[in-house]
Amino acid sequence: MTKNIMIVGVGGQGTLLTSRIIGRAALAAGLDVKISEVHGMAQRGGSVVTFVRFGESVYEPVVEEGQADVVIAFERLEAQRYAHFLKKDGVLIVNDCRIDPMTVVIGAKAYPENIIECLKKEHAVYTLDGRGIALELKNAKVLNSAVLGFAARFIGFDEALWLETVESTVPQKTVAINREAFLRGYALAGK
Amino acid sequence: MKNQQIMLGNEAIARGAYEAGVKLSSAYPGTPSTEISEYLSKYDEVYTEWAPNEKVACEVAIGASISGVRSLACMKHVGLNVASDPLYTFSYTGVGGGSVIVVADDPGLASSQNEQDTRMIARSAHVPVLEPSDSAEAKELVKLGYEISEKYDTPVILRTTTKLAHSQSAVELCERKEVADKAYERDASKYVMMPASAIGRHKAVEAREIRLAADAATLPVNKMEIKDKKIGFITCGIAYQYVKEVCPEASVLKFGLVNPISKELVTSFCEKVETVYVFEELEPVLEEQIRAWGFDVKGKELFTKQGEYSANLLRRVLYGKDESVFEKADSPARPPILCPGCPHRSVFSVLKKLKIHASGDIGCYTLGAVAPLSVIDTTICMGASISGLHGMEKGKGKEFIKNWVAVIGDSTFLHTGVNSLINMVYNKSTATVMILDNRTTGMTGHQEHAATGKTLKGEDTYAIDLAALCRAIGVPRVIEVNAFDVQTLEKAVKESVAGDVLTVIIAKAPCVLLKGQKFPSSCEVNADACKACGACLKIGCPAITKGADGKMQIDSTMCNGCGLCTNYCKFNAIETVVKEA
Repeated sequence: MTKNIMIVGVGGQGTLLTSRIIGRAALAAGLDVKISEVHGMAQRGGSVVTFVRFGESVYEPVVEEGQADVVIAFERLEAQRYAHFLKKDGVLIVNDCRIDPMTVVIGAKAYPENIIECLKKEHAVYTLDGRGIALELKNAKVLNSAVLGFAARFIGFDEALWLETVESTVPQKTVAINREAFLRGYALAGK
Repeated sequence: MKNQQIMLGNEAIARGAYEAGVKLSSAYPGTPSTEISEYLSKYDEVYTEWAPNEKVACEVAIGASISGVRSLACMKHVGLNVASDPLYTFSYTGVGGGSVIVVADDPGLASSQNEQDTRMIARSAHVPVLEPSDSAEAKELVKLGYEISEKYDTPVILRTTTKLAHSQSAVELCERKEVADKAYERDASKYVMMPASAIGRHKAVEAREIRLAADAATLPVNKMEIKDKKIGFITCGIAYQYVKEVCPEASVLKFGLVNPISKELVTSFCEKVETVYVFEELEPVLEEQIRAWGFDVKGKELFTKQGEYSANLLRRVLYGKDESVFEKADSPARPPILCPGCPHRSVFSVLKKLKIHASGDIGCYTLGAVAPLSVIDTTICMGASISGLHGMEKGKGKEFIKNWVAVIGDSTFLHTGVNSLINMVYNKSTATVMILDNRTTGMTGHQEHAATGKTLKGEDTYAIDLAALCRAIGVPRVIEVNAFDVQTLEKAVKESVAGDVLTVIIAKAPCVLLKGQKFPSSCEVNADACKACGACLKIGCPAITKGADGKMQIDSTMCNGCGLCTNYCKFNAIETVVKEA
């Protein structure tokens, strides 16, 4: 059975690295993997989507509407934008923060109210404050590892495999702090 | 599998070139092809370089091929337009050492100005095209490309698309096969394309294409799987994956060699299968040939010529519904924007204040077209900012461009902008050209170019001085200014557009995403002084938002402390503070 993971966020939040870590973890677990990434213009502060699919044999590299087992959203509005990709009993992980898109900043659109409450009516939603963990560790860039740690509980694989993959994928100098951020997110989801 | 790795399509292409014994690669960055050169540059055995544009890259690859070594050129689809002049004639000369040109199409326009289909150009240039459908195949097809190139004496195009280039799947690594350099053979009838010899080569091109089309029937990369005889698909590239996803039991004819295609295989498939769909992204390239051979297939009347395909698209056509369960929410759009601290924003804030129109170009600064900056009026292709503005002046008169400037990045200027500027000098322009010099090729992910002082391999080299270059070609007035010095910038733009002297203003400041920079400060709003007027929001910095109390707030984790916003606050409510360590 193929597992479909979708990672959504705002360009610059580190979603690309997150999808690579998930993909590598699945590969290390002996599965066939496909990851689909976004490069170029969309990366500049835009809405960014990446996909990871793993299982016995995977054909297409993207996850489509109605297929996602887990959607990991790095921002509330992005969670709302892509929640319809979830399958019926899929899980939605939301890093509970708000980043106003330019359409909101200039007053052309309003940032939707009560996003999480509305999403909870239709989906299983789990939230965390990844930014809080990153600030505790005094490094805004480890946000993605904190979110991944939290999401890891919903994706599967054991802790050792995750840690090994995080450590071998993130830049060498940042291994310790990313490991710590991952573990804090992981512990949070275990509660 | 041993030596198995998960690789980006582009990394697999680089690996394939390495394993095929390629000696030289030349390229200009362009999404979604850029990473091929970056990965390939890591192999010591291969000489790799960034060329100023794709025409140069293609010609470098041609020269290397004629000298007798295997060569590669990489570009995006619109880059092939720039390189099509050498390509069409390279098709005539054929090769010495094998030569592959990787061209990455961008269906769905992830980062491009159009959705053209490279297979159409390849057909008119009579160049064989291979198209993979995953990373493992990408690597193998590059290697096959060199075999075909040398066997049939032709350059070969490896066509990829965004999804292939930017998705990762498993690849098995092999050793590099060193290929002995061929001796250079002087042969004017093959390499000097003047009429007498080109007439002969045209015959060779046609004969070679007929030969390859016949041999294509037994080429293992063209795969025929006969299963359910009621329904079948003729497909290629990433579209194949969608077919397998939705209809695993259908019969499939998958072309790896997509130009020329094998009539024998099409005939055999259509005779065996009742209903045949041709499922290909973008143009009906396969379909039109198959129909011309008299086969009744279904294709573009069902499947769009636009955008990327998907499994759900196929499900909707076949079954009338896809797999979606939930309604899509009506969420405010989040278009891409210039980064916090981007020097382009500073330049655009000045142009906006002065109500100047900008003839734009290709790069991050194209984002100056969107609200709230909204200063870019036109974007066509690399270099067109300068030549387009020149056309406006010469067509409509110099008064028309008194509130216009051309805006172009440093890398794009060296790509083709410099030709357009020569035209301005030569034909007595009075225009203002702004080179936004951020010391890198930004949009594609920070590649070196001829004015950065570093090569693709990371070696130090001569850095072309853009101001000296402009002066050398005869630009009478060249001004260099710090892009964040808005007062000086404003004065320079005002004087320049009002005057009658061709002026180049070089606005300099490094891209904020360039590595090795430190941003010790950030900006803060003094809530007591903030009058909630929103003037700072008009520069469109994503770090500045309106709080619940209507007053402005600046996200310290996003802000790089460029201080641009402080110039636009009449109440001095924004201050620059040193960040906590």
